[in-house]
Amino acid sequence: MSEDATVAVAEAFTAEWGRVVATLIGRTCDWDLAEDCAQQAFAEAARRWPQDGVPLRPGAWLTTVAHNRAIDRLRHEKMKAERLREASALLGGEAGGVEDDGEWGSGEDGIEDDRLRLMFTCCHPALSLESRVALTLRTLAGLSTAEIARAFLVSEATMAKRLVRAKHKIVNARIPYRVPPPHLLAQRTSGILAVLYLLFNEGYAASVGPELIRADLCAEAIRLARALSALMPAEGEASGLLALMLFQHSRRLARVDRAGDLVTLEDQDRSLWNRGEVSEANALLHGGLRGGVAGPYQLQAAIAACHANAGDAATTGWNQIAGLYERLLEVMPQPLVRLNHAVAISMAEGPAEGLKLVDQILVSGELRSYHLLHATRANLLSRLDRPDDAAAALRVALSCAPSATERRYLNKRLAEARIA
Amino acid sequence: MKYVMLVCVDRSIDLGPEGWAQVGPDTDAWVAEMAGRGVRLQGNRLAETSDATTVRVRGGEVLIADGPFAETKEYIAGFDLLDCADLDEAIEVASKHPAGRFGAIEVRPFWEG
Repeated sequence: MSEDATVAVAEAFTAEWGRVVATLIGRTCDWDLAEDCAQQAFAEAARRWPQDGVPLRPGAWLTTVAHNRAIDRLRHEKMKAERLREASALLGGEAGGVEDDGEWGSGEDGIEDDRLRLMFTCCHPALSLESRVALTLRTLAGLSTAEIARAFLVSEATMAKRLVRAKHKIVNARIPYRVPPPHLLAQRTSGILAVLYLLFNEGYAASVGPELIRADLCAEAIRLARALSALMPAEGEASGLLALMLFQHSRRLARVDRAGDLVTLEDQDRSLWNRGEVSEANALLHGGLRGGVAGPYQLQAAIAACHANAGDAATTGWNQIAGLYERLLEVMPQPLVRLNHAVAISMAEGPAEGLKLVDQILVSGELRSYHLLHATRANLLSRLDRPDDAAAALRVALSCAPSATERRYLNKRLAEARIA
Repeated sequence: MKYVMLVCVDRSIDLGPEGWAQVGPDTDAWVAEMAGRGVRLQGNRLAETSDATTVRVRGGEVLIADGPFAETKEYIAGFDLLDCADLDEAIEVASKHPAGRFGAIEVRPFWEG
């Protein structure tokens, strides 16, 4: 029983933290108070659930407890009379009893709106990108300051300062706590998606540090994307992003071998791909693509789907992938997309055609110090039986590789090139 | 919520005679629109930084220097005092100022202690 309760508290933390914080911020306009009271509510759950049993609706229980703590605190601290009046008006009168679920029952929609408001506020473009990421992890995902600091390899003090500064700016510059009006909605939604994808990529391909994949960040990003796509069901790009993350995440076990080395897509053991995640992503993609013009996340997810649903590299629909990259280039004319397009063309039409496109990127000067541009060039050159040129390209790639894992991979390729 | 809008312009920017001629009327139109909406309380264009005087008091002595407090490529060419519902409104107002197209506009809230 008590073990069940402990599990229930942990599960509730994952599922409800963001909701509780969002609701409290919505009602008190005080971010620190909201976080503190949410923390107290979870601490109380850990104390009481093992004895009293897990409440029927843990989220409502936690919100009510946190809400009561907030009222206590506002009273206790003897806030200015005006502020207390304001707060009690916001809180809708007196504190409710803990067992009284009814008060929150009809408010479910409001609570969901609060979480969406919190996402838009955390990802407001007037905050620095690093602040957006940190605030999102702290307030929506419930990671501790220490955990976020570890994930981004900065000291806890630095991260704490960053969070404090961001929260001050929200208050002092009056960044609104709301879902933006229609004329801002599209732009601001893509801002949230960008933060979530950055979070995912930070976990997926750790740019610094010894570990290539930090699965915890990926899992948080997926959880938040799932929440966003549930909150904005009409937003095809939200489900597109979720699908894209799921496709990529489904390959995590196959992406690195036992020695911790990188395994490229074509060499991955596809039986290690998580089929459950692939089919969830497939379903999301089909649901979303029905909704008209596809945006960049949906197109990238469609490309990932071609890989995820193919038996091996040879039977992959490279023509279709090349076509999708062409559509992606129209909405996202970026050098990385051009590079991926070149790879798809090399698979569909042969390495010579691919090399032409890669060399165009190289000449443009973009991605000059991006190791994968040179690694791709090396791959195409060796497919064209130019081993010396391939080895030279690999050496350039090695000199710009960011992590030890990637350097190991490139060294292995270089050794093979020498043998060949 | 009160915000000050600092209109920053790069010295090296050259809009050409027609471009500069357009800035005046565009700014007037912006002022009229924002005053009409009640979001712009006051403001003005400022004289060149070569007309600026910087005053410091050190050890009880008034130190006077010719020029702005910091010599930079970008300088504050004007300011506007806004009264907006929130930062989103202030951003919207700032984004419509013609100087945003070639300069930069800093939006700073009043200090609320």
